[in-house]
Amino acid sequence: MAEATTAAKSAAAKSEPLFGKKEKQLITDPLYDNNPITIQVLGICSALAVTSLIYPSLVISVAVVFVCGFSSLITSVLRNRIPKSIRMIVQLVIIATLVTVVELSLKYFSYPVYKDLSVYIGLIITNCIVMGRLEAFAMANRPWRSFLDGIGNGLGYGAILLLVAFFREFFGKGSLFAGSPAEMKIIGPNADYFINTMAESGIGSMFSWYSNNNLMVLPAAAMFLIGIFIWIQRSRTPKLVDVS
Amino acid sequence: MERTSYVVMFTLGMTVLVALLLSALFYGTKDQAAINEDVFNKRAILGAISDHVEKDVKSMSDAEVLGIFNDQIEQVVLDMDGAVVDGIKAEKVDMAKEKKKPEMDRKLPLYVYNKPGGEKFYIVSIRGNGLWDEIWGNIAIANDFSTVAGASFDHKGETPGLGAEIKDNPVFARNFKGTKIYDADGNYTSINVRKGGAKNKTHEVDGISGATVTADGVSEMLYRGIKYYQPYFKKLKTGKGKPIGMLVE
Repeated sequence: MAEATTAAKSAAAKSEPLFGKKEKQLITDPLYDNNPITIQVLGICSALAVTSLIYPSLVISVAVVFVCGFSSLITSVLRNRIPKSIRMIVQLVIIATLVTVVELSLKYFSYPVYKDLSVYIGLIITNCIVMGRLEAFAMANRPWRSFLDGIGNGLGYGAILLLVAFFREFFGKGSLFAGSPAEMKIIGPNADYFINTMAESGIGSMFSWYSNNNLMVLPAAAMFLIGIFIWIQRSRTPKLVDVS
Repeated sequence: MERTSYVVMFTLGMTVLVALLLSALFYGTKDQAAINEDVFNKRAILGAISDHVEKDVKSMSDAEVLGIFNDQIEQVVLDMDGAVVDGIKAEKVDMAKEKKKPEMDRKLPLYVYNKPGGEKFYIVSIRGNGLWDEIWGNIAIANDFSTVAGASFDHKGETPGLGAEIKDNPVFARNFKGTKIYDADGNYTSINVRKGGAKNKTHEVDGISGATVTADGVSEMLYRGIKYYQPYFKKLKTGKGKPIGMLVE
Protein backbone atom coordinates (compact mmCIF):
# COMPACT_ATOMS: atom_id res chain seq x y z
CA MET A 1 0.00 0.00 0.00
CA ALA A 2 2.65 2.43 1.05
CA GLU A 3 4.80 1.41 -1.90
CA ALA A 4 1.92 1.92 -4.29
CA THR A 5 1.39 5.49 -3.11
CA THR A 6 5.08 6.34 -3.37
CA ALA A 7 5.12 4.90 -6.87
CA ALA A 8 2.08 6.95 -7.78
CA LYS A 9 3.67 10.01 -6.29
CA SER A 10 6.92 9.63 -8.17
CA ALA A 11 4.98 9.05 -11.38
CA ALA A 12 3.10 12.25 -10.77
CA ALA A 13 6.36 14.03 -10.07
CA LYS A 14 7.81 12.80 -13.33
CA SER A 15 4.88 13.89 -15.42
CA GLU A 16 5.18 17.45 -14.11
CA PRO A 17 7.92 19.72 -15.41
CA LEU A 18 10.70 20.61 -13.01
CA PHE A 19 10.05 24.29 -13.39
CA GLY A 20 6.47 24.70 -14.55
CA LYS A 21 3.87 27.35 -13.98
CA LYS A 22 3.19 26.33 -10.39
CA GLU A 23 6.87 26.35 -9.54
CA LYS A 24 7.26 29.76 -11.07
CA GLN A 25 4.35 30.98 -9.01
CA LEU A 26 6.02 29.73 -5.85
CA ILE A 27 8.86 32.14 -6.54
CA THR A 28 6.90 35.10 -7.89
CA ASP A 29 3.87 35.08 -5.59
CA PRO A 30 5.77 36.03 -2.45
CA LEU A 31 7.36 38.91 -4.32
CA TYR A 32 4.06 40.73 -4.61
CA ASP A 33 0.67 39.05 -4.23
CA ASN A 34 1.63 37.04 -1.21
CA ASN A 35 4.52 39.00 0.16
CA PRO A 36 5.57 37.70 3.58
CA ILE A 37 5.95 41.20 4.99
CA THR A 38 3.22 43.31 3.43
CA ILE A 39 0.53 40.62 3.08
CA GLN A 40 1.30 37.92 5.61
CA VAL A 41 2.83 40.50 7.96
CA LEU A 42 5.56 38.09 9.06
CA GLY A 43 9.16 38.95 9.83
CA ILE A 44 8.28 42.50 10.81
CA CYS A 45 10.64 42.52 13.79
CA SER A 46 13.80 42.19 11.74
CA ALA A 47 12.40 44.42 9.00
CA LEU A 48 12.29 47.18 11.59
CA ALA A 49 15.65 46.43 13.16
CA VAL A 50 18.11 45.94 10.32
CA THR A 51 16.83 48.26 7.63
CA SER A 52 18.57 51.49 8.55
CA LEU A 53 21.28 50.71 6.01
CA ILE A 54 21.11 48.90 2.67
CA TYR A 55 24.27 46.86 2.96
CA PRO A 56 23.42 44.93 6.15
CA SER A 57 19.89 44.47 4.81
CA LEU A 58 21.32 42.93 1.68
CA VAL A 59 23.52 40.50 3.59
CA ILE A 60 20.64 39.57 5.89
CA SER A 61 18.37 39.03 2.89
CA VAL A 62 20.84 36.70 1.24
CA ALA A 63 21.21 34.80 4.52
CA VAL A 64 17.43 34.54 4.93
CA VAL A 65 17.01 33.30 1.34
CA PHE A 66 19.61 30.63 2.08
CA VAL A 67 18.20 29.61 5.46
CA CYS A 68 14.59 29.74 4.29
CA GLY A 69 15.26 27.73 1.13
CA PHE A 70 17.34 25.00 2.69
CA SER A 71 15.36 24.64 5.90
CA SER A 72 12.25 24.19 3.76
CA LEU A 73 14.07 21.60 1.68
CA ILE A 74 15.34 19.64 4.66
CA THR A 75 12.05 19.83 6.52
CA SER A 76 10.20 18.68 3.45
CA VAL A 77 12.53 15.73 2.90
CA LEU A 78 12.02 14.69 6.51
CA ARG A 79 8.36 15.66 6.72
CA ASN A 80 7.02 12.12 6.89
CA ARG A 81 9.56 11.07 9.49
CA ILE A 82 9.40 14.03 11.85
CA PRO A 83 7.32 13.04 14.88
CA LYS A 84 4.32 15.35 14.96
CA SER A 85 4.59 15.94 18.68
CA ILE A 86 8.03 17.54 18.43
CA ARG A 87 7.87 18.96 14.93
CA MET A 88 8.32 22.57 16.01
CA ILE A 89 11.47 21.69 17.92
CA VAL A 90 12.82 19.79 14.94
CA GLN A 91 12.11 22.74 12.66
CA LEU A 92 13.87 25.02 15.07
CA VAL A 93 16.91 22.76 15.20
CA ILE A 94 17.09 22.71 11.40
CA ILE A 95 16.87 26.50 11.24
CA ALA A 96 19.39 27.00 14.03
CA THR A 97 21.84 24.62 12.36
CA LEU A 98 21.65 26.50 9.08
CA VAL A 99 22.00 29.84 10.81
CA THR A 100 25.12 28.56 12.56
CA VAL A 101 26.45 27.44 9.18
CA VAL A 102 25.88 30.95 7.84
CA GLU A 103 27.59 32.46 10.87
CA LEU A 104 30.63 30.20 10.66
CA SER A 105 31.04 30.72 6.94
CA LEU A 106 30.87 34.48 7.34
CA LYS A 107 33.54 34.22 10.01
CA TYR A 108 35.65 32.18 7.62
CA PHE A 109 35.17 34.13 4.42
CA SER A 110 34.33 37.66 5.43
CA TYR A 111 35.19 38.50 9.01
CA PRO A 112 34.36 42.24 8.85
CA VAL A 113 30.83 41.48 7.65
CA TYR A 114 30.51 38.90 10.40
CA LYS A 115 31.54 41.53 12.93
CA ASP A 116 28.93 43.94 11.58
CA LEU A 117 26.08 41.49 11.48
CA SER A 118 26.72 38.88 14.13
CA VAL A 119 23.78 40.07 16.25
CA TYR A 120 21.33 40.01 13.38
CA ILE A 121 22.46 36.70 11.93
CA GLY A 122 21.50 35.02 15.18
CA LEU A 123 18.13 36.71 14.95
CA ILE A 124 17.27 34.87 11.74
CA ILE A 125 16.39 31.94 14.00
CA THR A 126 13.54 33.98 15.39
CA ASN A 127 12.42 35.23 11.99
CA CYS A 128 8.79 34.24 11.75
CA ILE A 129 8.93 33.85 7.98
CA VAL A 130 11.28 30.90 8.10
CA MET A 131 9.34 28.93 10.64
CA GLY A 132 6.03 30.07 9.21
CA ARG A 133 6.88 28.62 5.81
CA LEU A 134 8.12 25.35 7.30
CA GLU A 135 4.90 24.92 9.24
CA ALA A 136 2.57 26.13 6.49
CA PHE A 137 4.21 24.75 3.37
CA ALA A 138 7.21 22.49 3.77
CA MET A 139 5.46 20.08 6.16
CA ALA A 140 2.84 19.35 3.47
CA ASN A 141 4.68 19.62 0.16
CA ARG A 142 7.35 17.86 -1.84
CA PRO A 143 10.99 18.93 -1.38
CA TRP A 144 11.56 20.74 -4.69
CA ARG A 145 8.44 22.85 -4.31
CA SER A 146 9.18 23.55 -0.67
CA PHE A 147 12.66 24.67 -1.62
CA LEU A 148 11.26 27.07 -4.21
CA ASP A 149 8.67 28.31 -1.75
CA GLY A 150 11.41 29.00 0.78
CA ILE A 151 13.55 30.81 -1.77
CA GLY A 152 10.55 32.80 -2.99
CA ASN A 153 9.58 33.92 0.48
CA GLY A 154 13.17 34.79 1.29
CA LEU A 155 13.28 36.92 -1.85
CA GLY A 156 9.95 38.56 -1.07
CA TYR A 157 11.24 39.41 2.39
CA GLY A 158 14.52 40.68 0.97
CA ALA A 159 12.79 42.85 -1.62
CA ILE A 160 10.80 44.73 1.03
CA LEU A 161 13.85 44.94 3.27
CA LEU A 162 15.91 46.56 0.53
CA LEU A 163 13.10 48.90 -0.43
CA VAL A 164 12.68 50.09 3.16
CA ALA A 165 16.43 50.31 3.64
CA PHE A 166 16.79 52.35 0.46
CA PHE A 167 14.43 55.05 1.71
CA ARG A 168 15.77 54.99 5.24
CA GLU A 169 19.40 55.24 4.26
CA PHE A 170 18.83 57.76 1.50
CA PHE A 171 16.81 60.19 3.57
CA GLY A 172 18.31 59.34 6.94
CA LYS A 173 21.98 59.30 6.12
CA GLY A 174 22.21 60.67 2.64
CA SER A 175 24.20 57.70 1.47
CA LEU A 176 23.61 54.38 -0.24
CA PHE A 177 25.40 51.12 0.49
CA ALA A 178 27.35 52.73 3.33
CA GLY A 179 29.90 50.35 4.82
CA SER A 180 30.27 48.33 1.64
CA PRO A 181 32.86 48.78 -1.09
CA ALA A 182 30.18 50.39 -3.25
CA GLU A 183 29.47 53.18 -0.76
CA MET A 184 27.84 56.26 -2.27
CA LYS A 185 27.40 59.55 -0.52
CA ILE A 186 24.60 61.38 -2.12
CA ILE A 187 22.99 64.10 -0.09
CA GLY A 188 24.59 65.81 2.83
CA PRO A 189 23.30 67.64 5.86
CA ASN A 190 23.70 71.32 6.42
CA ALA A 191 26.16 72.57 8.97
CA ASP A 192 23.73 72.20 11.88
CA TYR A 193 23.80 68.45 11.70
CA PHE A 194 26.55 66.22 12.79
CA ILE A 195 25.87 62.97 11.10
CA ASN A 196 28.75 63.69 8.86
CA THR A 197 27.78 62.32 5.52
CA MET A 198 28.41 65.59 3.81
CA ALA A 199 29.09 65.11 0.14
CA GLU A 200 32.06 67.31 -0.50
CA SER A 201 32.09 67.27 -4.28
CA GLY A 202 30.19 66.11 -7.32
CA ILE A 203 26.45 66.05 -7.79
CA GLY A 204 25.95 65.42 -4.08
CA SER A 205 27.18 68.87 -3.10
CA MET A 206 24.15 70.34 -4.91
CA PHE A 207 21.99 69.00 -2.12
CA SER A 208 23.98 70.46 0.70
CA TRP A 209 20.91 72.39 1.84
CA TYR A 210 19.22 69.16 2.81
CA SER A 211 19.32 68.07 6.44
CA ASN A 212 19.28 64.38 7.05
CA ASN A 213 16.05 63.21 8.58
CA ASN A 214 16.98 61.52 11.82
CA LEU A 215 13.58 59.88 12.15
CA MET A 216 14.44 57.75 9.14
CA VAL A 217 17.33 56.22 11.03
CA LEU A 218 15.10 55.08 13.88
CA PRO A 219 13.14 51.83 13.66
CA ALA A 220 9.85 53.73 13.77
CA ALA A 221 10.51 54.98 10.25
CA ALA A 222 10.51 51.41 8.99
CA MET A 223 7.06 50.93 10.47
CA PHE A 224 5.72 54.00 8.69
CA LEU A 225 7.33 52.93 5.42
CA ILE A 226 6.00 49.38 5.61
CA GLY A 227 2.58 50.78 6.46
CA ILE A 228 2.75 53.02 3.38
CA PHE A 229 3.85 50.10 1.21
CA ILE A 230 0.92 48.00 2.42
CA TRP A 231 -1.41 50.89 1.72
CA ILE A 232 -0.10 51.41 -1.83
CA GLN A 233 -0.13 47.71 -2.58
CA ARG A 234 -3.69 47.20 -1.38
CA SER A 235 -5.11 50.20 -3.17
CA ARG A 236 -3.47 49.09 -6.41
CA THR A 237 -4.60 45.48 -6.08
CA PRO A 238 -8.14 45.45 -4.64
CA LYS A 239 -8.31 41.65 -4.58
CA LEU A 240 -5.85 41.72 -1.69
CA VAL A 241 -8.24 43.68 0.51
CA ASP A 242 -9.87 41.51 3.10
CA VAL A 243 -13.61 41.88 2.50
CA SER A 244 -14.59 40.74 5.94
CA MET B 1 0.57 9.70 17.45
CA GLU B 2 4.02 8.16 17.24
CA ARG B 3 5.42 5.77 19.76
CA THR B 4 7.46 7.46 22.45
CA SER B 5 10.49 5.33 21.62
CA TYR B 6 10.44 6.65 18.05
CA VAL B 7 10.28 10.24 19.26
CA VAL B 8 13.19 9.66 21.62
CA MET B 9 15.27 7.93 18.96
CA PHE B 10 14.54 10.65 16.44
CA THR B 11 15.54 13.34 18.92
CA LEU B 12 18.74 11.55 19.85
CA GLY B 13 19.67 10.89 16.24
CA MET B 14 19.00 14.46 15.26
CA THR B 15 20.97 15.87 18.17
CA VAL B 16 24.01 13.69 17.51
CA LEU B 17 23.95 14.42 13.79
CA VAL B 18 23.62 18.18 14.22
CA ALA B 19 26.25 18.24 16.96
CA LEU B 20 28.73 16.31 14.81
CA LEU B 21 28.06 18.45 11.77
CA LEU B 22 28.42 21.75 13.57
CA SER B 23 31.47 20.80 15.59
CA ALA B 24 33.19 19.50 12.45
CA LEU B 25 32.40 22.77 10.73
CA PHE B 26 33.57 24.76 13.73
CA TYR B 27 36.91 22.98 13.94
CA GLY B 28 37.36 23.16 10.21
CA THR B 29 36.97 26.92 10.14
CA LYS B 30 38.53 27.72 13.52
CA ASP B 31 42.11 28.43 12.44
CA GLN B 32 41.21 30.65 9.53
CA ALA B 33 38.66 32.46 11.70
CA ALA B 34 41.35 33.13 14.32
CA ILE B 35 43.67 34.56 11.65
CA ASN B 36 40.83 36.68 10.32
CA GLU B 37 40.13 38.01 13.79
CA ASP B 38 43.80 38.79 14.40
CA VAL B 39 44.09 40.70 11.13
CA PHE B 40 40.81 42.46 11.83
CA ASN B 41 42.03 43.69 15.22
CA LYS B 42 45.40 44.76 13.87
CA ARG B 43 43.76 46.58 11.00
CA ALA B 44 41.68 48.49 13.55
CA ILE B 45 44.85 49.46 15.42
CA LEU B 46 46.46 50.63 12.19
CA GLY B 47 43.27 52.59 11.54
CA ALA B 48 44.40 54.99 14.27
CA ILE B 49 47.50 55.89 12.29
CA SER B 50 45.93 55.68 8.85
CA ASP B 51 47.43 59.03 7.85
CA HIS B 52 50.92 57.81 8.59
CA VAL B 53 51.02 54.49 6.83
CA GLU B 54 51.78 54.30 3.14
CA LYS B 55 48.60 52.67 1.98
CA ASP B 56 44.92 53.00 2.76
CA VAL B 57 44.40 50.65 5.70
CA LYS B 58 41.12 49.36 4.31
CA SER B 59 42.65 48.26 1.02
CA MET B 60 45.73 46.67 2.56
CA SER B 61 46.03 42.93 2.14
CA ASP B 62 46.14 40.73 5.23
CA ALA B 63 49.85 40.13 4.66
CA GLU B 64 50.60 43.86 4.51
CA VAL B 65 48.79 44.46 7.79
CA LEU B 66 50.78 41.72 9.50
CA GLY B 67 53.95 42.99 7.82
CA ILE B 68 53.64 46.47 9.32
CA PHE B 69 52.94 44.90 12.68
CA ASN B 70 56.06 42.77 12.48
CA ASP B 71 58.43 45.38 11.13
CA GLN B 72 57.35 48.77 12.41
CA ILE B 73 55.35 48.23 15.55
CA GLU B 74 56.72 47.51 18.99
CA GLN B 75 54.34 46.01 21.46
CA VAL B 76 54.58 46.98 25.10
CA VAL B 77 52.40 45.94 27.99
CA LEU B 78 52.12 48.27 30.97
CA ASP B 79 50.67 47.98 34.41
CA MET B 80 48.62 50.70 36.02
CA ASP B 81 51.70 52.33 37.57
CA GLY B 82 53.28 52.79 34.20
CA ALA B 83 55.83 50.02 34.57
CA VAL B 84 56.55 47.72 31.64
CA VAL B 85 55.31 44.18 32.13
CA ASP B 86 57.75 41.73 30.62
CA GLY B 87 57.00 38.48 28.88
CA ILE B 88 53.72 39.34 27.23
CA LYS B 89 52.82 40.87 23.89
CA ALA B 90 50.32 43.67 23.69
CA GLU B 91 48.19 41.80 21.17
CA LYS B 92 47.65 39.05 23.74
CA VAL B 93 45.99 41.47 26.14
CA ASP B 94 42.25 40.95 25.93
CA MET B 95 40.72 44.35 26.58
CA ALA B 96 37.29 42.88 27.26
CA LYS B 97 38.71 40.75 30.07
CA GLU B 98 40.87 43.57 31.43
CA LYS B 99 37.80 45.77 31.70
CA LYS B 100 36.21 43.27 34.08
CA LYS B 101 39.20 43.31 36.44
CA PRO B 102 39.53 45.79 39.29
CA GLU B 103 41.17 48.96 37.98
CA MET B 104 44.49 48.47 39.73
CA ASP B 105 45.08 45.00 38.27
CA ARG B 106 44.55 45.89 34.64
CA LYS B 107 47.17 45.52 31.96
CA LEU B 108 47.47 48.11 29.24
CA PRO B 109 48.51 47.28 25.69
CA LEU B 110 50.60 49.92 23.95
CA TYR B 111 51.63 49.83 20.31
CA VAL B 112 54.53 52.03 19.34
CA TYR B 113 54.61 52.76 15.64
CA ASN B 114 57.99 53.75 14.23
CA LYS B 115 57.22 55.65 11.09
CA PRO B 116 59.92 55.32 8.48
CA GLY B 117 61.74 58.62 8.87
CA GLY B 118 61.91 58.63 12.62
CA GLU B 119 58.53 59.80 13.87
CA LYS B 120 56.91 57.83 16.64
CA PHE B 121 53.29 57.28 17.49
CA TYR B 122 51.93 55.73 20.64
CA ILE B 123 48.71 53.85 20.03
CA VAL B 124 46.68 53.26 23.17
CA SER B 125 43.69 50.96 23.45
CA ILE B 126 40.62 52.10 25.33
CA ARG B 127 37.34 50.45 26.15
CA GLY B 128 34.08 51.66 27.65
CA ASN B 129 30.32 51.42 27.46
CA GLY B 130 28.04 52.70 24.74
CA LEU B 131 24.28 52.63 24.74
CA TRP B 132 23.64 48.92 24.24
CA ASP B 133 26.97 47.30 24.80
CA GLU B 134 30.69 47.86 24.93
CA ILE B 135 32.55 50.27 22.71
CA TRP B 136 36.28 50.48 22.19
CA GLY B 137 38.89 52.32 20.25
CA ASN B 138 42.54 52.94 19.49
CA ILE B 139 44.00 56.39 19.82
CA ALA B 140 47.35 57.33 18.30
CA ILE B 141 49.24 59.95 20.27
CA ALA B 142 52.15 61.82 18.75
CA ASN B 143 55.61 62.16 20.19
CA ASP B 144 54.68 65.22 22.29
CA PHE B 145 52.36 62.91 24.29
CA SER B 146 49.49 65.32 23.84
CA THR B 147 48.49 65.66 20.19
CA VAL B 148 46.16 63.00 18.84
CA ALA B 149 47.39 61.75 15.50
CA GLY B 150 44.38 59.63 14.72
CA ALA B 151 41.71 57.40 16.16
CA SER B 152 39.59 54.41 15.28
CA PHE B 153 36.51 53.14 17.06
CA ASP B 154 34.38 50.06 17.10
CA HIS B 155 31.41 48.78 19.02
CA LYS B 156 29.55 45.61 19.80
CA GLY B 157 25.95 46.57 19.26
CA GLU B 158 25.30 50.27 18.81
CA THR B 159 22.37 51.30 16.64
CA PRO B 160 23.26 51.34 12.93
CA GLY B 161 23.07 54.87 11.60
CA LEU B 162 23.20 56.37 15.09
CA GLY B 163 25.71 55.12 17.66
CA ALA B 164 27.32 52.86 15.10
CA GLU B 165 28.45 55.99 13.28
CA ILE B 166 31.45 56.12 15.60
CA LYS B 167 32.78 53.26 13.50
CA ASP B 168 30.94 53.61 10.19
CA ASN B 169 31.50 57.29 9.69
CA PRO B 170 35.14 58.04 8.91
CA VAL B 171 34.57 61.73 9.63
CA PHE B 172 33.89 61.07 13.32
CA ALA B 173 37.29 59.48 13.83
CA ARG B 174 39.00 61.96 11.50
CA ASN B 175 37.81 64.87 13.66
CA PHE B 176 40.04 63.62 16.46
CA LYS B 177 43.14 64.34 14.46
CA GLY B 178 44.97 67.34 15.85
CA THR B 179 43.10 67.50 19.15
CA LYS B 180 45.13 67.58 22.33
CA ILE B 181 44.73 65.67 25.57
CA TYR B 182 46.60 68.30 27.59
CA ASP B 183 45.73 71.99 27.75
CA ALA B 184 48.28 74.78 27.48
CA ASP B 185 48.95 74.69 31.21
CA GLY B 186 49.75 71.01 31.16
CA ASN B 187 46.49 69.82 32.75
CA TYR B 188 44.99 66.58 31.56
CA THR B 189 41.74 67.42 29.78
CA SER B 190 41.17 64.46 27.46
CA ILE B 191 38.83 65.01 24.53
CA ASN B 192 35.14 65.59 24.83
CA VAL B 193 32.55 64.54 22.29
CA ARG B 194 30.20 67.48 22.33
CA LYS B 195 26.55 67.30 21.46
CA GLY B 196 25.65 70.11 19.10
CA GLY B 197 29.14 70.51 17.71
CA ALA B 198 32.62 71.18 18.99
CA LYS B 199 33.12 74.65 20.41
CA ASN B 200 36.77 74.25 21.29
CA LYS B 201 38.41 72.33 18.49
CA THR B 202 41.50 71.55 20.54
CA HIS B 203 39.73 69.46 23.14
CA GLU B 204 36.36 68.72 21.58
CA VAL B 205 34.96 66.90 18.57
CA ASP B 206 31.49 67.00 17.01
CA GLY B 207 28.96 64.65 18.50
CA ILE B 208 26.53 62.57 16.50
CA SER B 209 22.93 63.72 16.55
CA GLY B 210 20.67 60.99 17.83
CA ALA B 211 23.50 59.18 19.56
CA THR B 212 24.03 61.14 22.74
CA VAL B 213 24.53 58.15 25.01
CA THR B 214 27.10 56.56 22.73
CA ALA B 215 28.91 59.89 22.40
CA ASP B 216 28.96 60.33 26.17
CA GLY B 217 30.33 56.81 26.41
CA VAL B 218 33.10 57.73 24.00
CA SER B 219 33.97 60.84 26.07
CA GLU B 220 34.07 58.83 29.27
CA MET B 221 36.12 56.07 27.69
CA LEU B 222 38.61 58.58 26.28
CA TYR B 223 39.00 60.38 29.59
CA ARG B 224 39.53 57.26 31.65
CA GLY B 225 41.31 55.11 29.07
CA ILE B 226 43.96 57.61 28.02
CA LYS B 227 44.54 58.61 31.63
CA TYR B 228 45.66 55.08 32.45
CA TYR B 229 48.65 55.56 30.18
CA GLN B 230 49.76 58.86 31.66
CA PRO B 231 52.16 57.50 34.33
CA TYR B 232 54.13 55.77 31.59
CA PHE B 233 54.06 58.76 29.26
CA LYS B 234 55.30 60.95 32.09
CA LYS B 235 58.24 58.64 32.57
CA LEU B 236 59.01 58.77 28.86
CA LYS B 237 58.74 62.55 28.83
CA THR B 238 61.17 62.96 31.70
CA GLY B 239 63.42 60.33 30.23
CA LYS B 240 63.18 57.99 33.18
CA GLY B 241 61.37 55.19 31.40
CA LYS B 242 62.99 52.19 29.91
CA PRO B 243 63.88 53.51 26.49
CA ILE B 244 61.71 51.94 23.91
CA GLY B 245 62.10 52.48 20.27
CA MET B 246 65.66 51.27 20.30
CA LEU B 247 64.78 48.44 18.02
CA VAL B 248 66.90 45.50 19.03
CA GLU B 249 68.63 44.47 15.87
